[in-house]
Amino acid sequence: MSVAGLIFSNIHNSSMPELTSVRTMASVPYGCRYRLVDFPLSNMVNSGITKIGIITHNNYQSLMDHIGTGKDWDLARRSGGIRILPPFITSYNSANGGKLYSTRLEALMGVTGFISKCSEEYIVLSDCDGICSIDLNKVLEDHIEKNADVTIVTRTVNFKKEIPSDGATEIKCNADGFATEVSAYIDYDRSAEISTNIIIANRLFLLNAINDASAHGYNHFYKDIIARRVKSARINCYHYDGIYLQITSLESYFRCSMQLLDPEVRNGLFVKESPIYTKLRNSAPTVYANGSKVINSYVADGCVIEGTVENSIIFRGVHVGKGTVVKNSILLQDTFTGTNVSLNCVITDKNVVIRNNRVLSGHESMPFFISKGAMV
Amino acid sequence: MFKKKECVAMLLAGGQGSRLYALTEKTAKPAVSFGGKYRIIDFPLSNCINSGVDTVGVLTQYQPLVLNDYVGNGLPWDLDRAIGGVKILPPYQGKNGADWYKGTANAIYQNMQFIDMYSPDYVIILSGDHIYRMNYDKMLQHHKKMNADCTIAVIDVPIEEASRFGIMSVDDEGRIYKFAEKPKNPDSTKASMGIYIFSKDCLFKYLNEDAADPNSSNDFGKNIIPAMLANGERMYAYSFSGYWKDVGTIDSLWEANMDLLGEEPVFNLGDESWRIFSRHSAHSPQYVGPDAIIENSSITEGCDIYGTVRNSVLGSGVVVMAGAEVVDSVIMDDCVIEAGAKVNYAILDSGVTVSENSTVGKERSAAKGIAVIGTGITVPAGTAVADGAMINNSSDLVKEA
Repeated sequence: MSVAGLIFSNIHNSSMPELTSVRTMASVPYGCRYRLVDFPLSNMVNSGITKIGIITHNNYQSLMDHIGTGKDWDLARRSGGIRILPPFITSYNSANGGKLYSTRLEALMGVTGFISKCSEEYIVLSDCDGICSIDLNKVLEDHIEKNADVTIVTRTVNFKKEIPSDGATEIKCNADGFATEVSAYIDYDRSAEISTNIIIANRLFLLNAINDASAHGYNHFYKDIIARRVKSARINCYHYDGIYLQITSLESYFRCSMQLLDPEVRNGLFVKESPIYTKLRNSAPTVYANGSKVINSYVADGCVIEGTVENSIIFRGVHVGKGTVVKNSILLQDTFTGTNVSLNCVITDKNVVIRNNRVLSGHESMPFFISKGAMV
Repeated sequence: MFKKKECVAMLLAGGQGSRLYALTEKTAKPAVSFGGKYRIIDFPLSNCINSGVDTVGVLTQYQPLVLNDYVGNGLPWDLDRAIGGVKILPPYQGKNGADWYKGTANAIYQNMQFIDMYSPDYVIILSGDHIYRMNYDKMLQHHKKMNADCTIAVIDVPIEEASRFGIMSVDDEGRIYKFAEKPKNPDSTKASMGIYIFSKDCLFKYLNEDAADPNSSNDFGKNIIPAMLANGERMYAYSFSGYWKDVGTIDSLWEANMDLLGEEPVFNLGDESWRIFSRHSAHSPQYVGPDAIIENSSITEGCDIYGTVRNSVLGSGVVVMAGAEVVDSVIMDDCVIEAGAKVNYAILDSGVTVSENSTVGKERSAAKGIAVIGTGITVPAGTAVADGAMINNSSDLVKEA
């Protein structure tokens, strides 16, 4: 298989400012030990893709720190491997006043160098706000079988809260699975097929389309590249009905995290044959002390649990002190809780310290968020 | 290419570990699992990299496949280096025939060329049998300060246990004047930890002499050390105080695992100041179910706990189903304890399945010994595996009527 990957790291940052003020969407911690980028990255690696570029915009220190040389994904390669693609302003700054890209298409214009230097026949594009374990080989097979120019992975939505705050693209197909209409999804109260923004394209088709858009001063990927070619090109749709969690806001982050307590969701995301890789931390196993009580929770390694944890997501290096009760909460890496603390519907960012006897509570519709490194 | 290293480590990892029985049936002792996500060899390897020793030869002989695969290119320990790093050194065929490693000294003798590649001033000899944290650099500084030819790490042991060890008698400044291998009437409590630093030239001289002696058993403790002592070489003891545990027997392996538990664990793996690195695969986090009870236990990624776990150490990917019970046990990777099954005072090697309503072992207070089940064995439903049993293959299991 001859496919290269491109991951957009920042594209939905605005939908969850709390967790992305200090990092990219790609490096938002999720599921006890992962960052969101681990999902698209592992999907690509598990499908045999070994040349991957990550397009960045701003705030990408945490992402670079996470990716390192790429060896945790087996992507530290002499040829191919992983490459972080920082903003490349000069390619379009005359048209754009020297500003950083603001749309998906402008981001792609900034990496035409990467795309044109690839020798792979296909390019797969992916965002970081959707969590799934998808076999991209199946998408590619469908793409090749239908002799498509572009294949868009779609899913069915019927619930307003599943839609990203910066909008979604609705795609209507004919009986053969080819797109007939591409539009913004605006009427929230009906069931529809929307793009997951996981896209496989013939590399030369994509490159020509980007150059053409550049020449015409277009800036919108779906409107200007896909919708304009619905009749002239073969725009294929691939319906995905596996587990797909979309993070659209802090509340939805909370909900998507809690869904990990459902075995069906866990089994859909963490498949033995296609593991999700992440940066290794060499934490010791988690220690459950005498007198600890843990119920229906998802826990990483490197924790010390002395108190009670219920319906919660506990990241690496978290300390739950004696007499402390953590319920319905998400404690990110190295959160430290003292003794007799009570937490309910709380999200603590990295390195938060909660001192003895503090009582904090949010509500599942509005979790209480404590920012990185804060002391309560 | 000139690639000088001040100190090269040689790790003796070829031992069979026959006193671990079922656990070393298919694996060399250094590759035996420990503490949930580690293997015994992680301790010397992590000590090396944490001490600044970045060139390690690992001498393998017995059942090397798992060990070779585990050490690999040395990446988990930062020992994947362009110059130095970790190298696996198996026995090889030479011009005058092929030899297995006949003893610890012979294994080093056969790899003098490897040591010479790095022109080291010092060679540190380690073994893959112990759980401990130790700064080898401090020991090296002591070796240099004393202008020694050989420095042997020693630890104080209770006098009643001293006859199990190699015992050093030392003078006021720590110089060794007598060495007795497992003495009946020990006159010191300083036991050799099997960690030696030699000045390279001196080591090579004695290895060559030892190899020329057909009556020698080519062993450091039995031949090299006594010969050096007899010739009056400068040999010093380096006293180590801290946790150090030989895990060469089922009982001591179990005890060392239990040392990780408790309010103030005797040995704390979570100590970030001297981290122990290990190679582990990508597992999802551990899930603790609605009716699970976990007390005083250490649990690793990939586990699914629906039942009861008390005073136990679980490796990655272990499943304890609802109604199952694991007490006072060491459960290695990917074991499955099915509903209604009870595991008490036992060690299960990786990939063991204890089927529904089976029992393994007996509660510790009443048990004759630790029940051990070898890798990949399935205990059929309704079977009782006796306390102290050693199960090497499925045919050892007799279904209870």
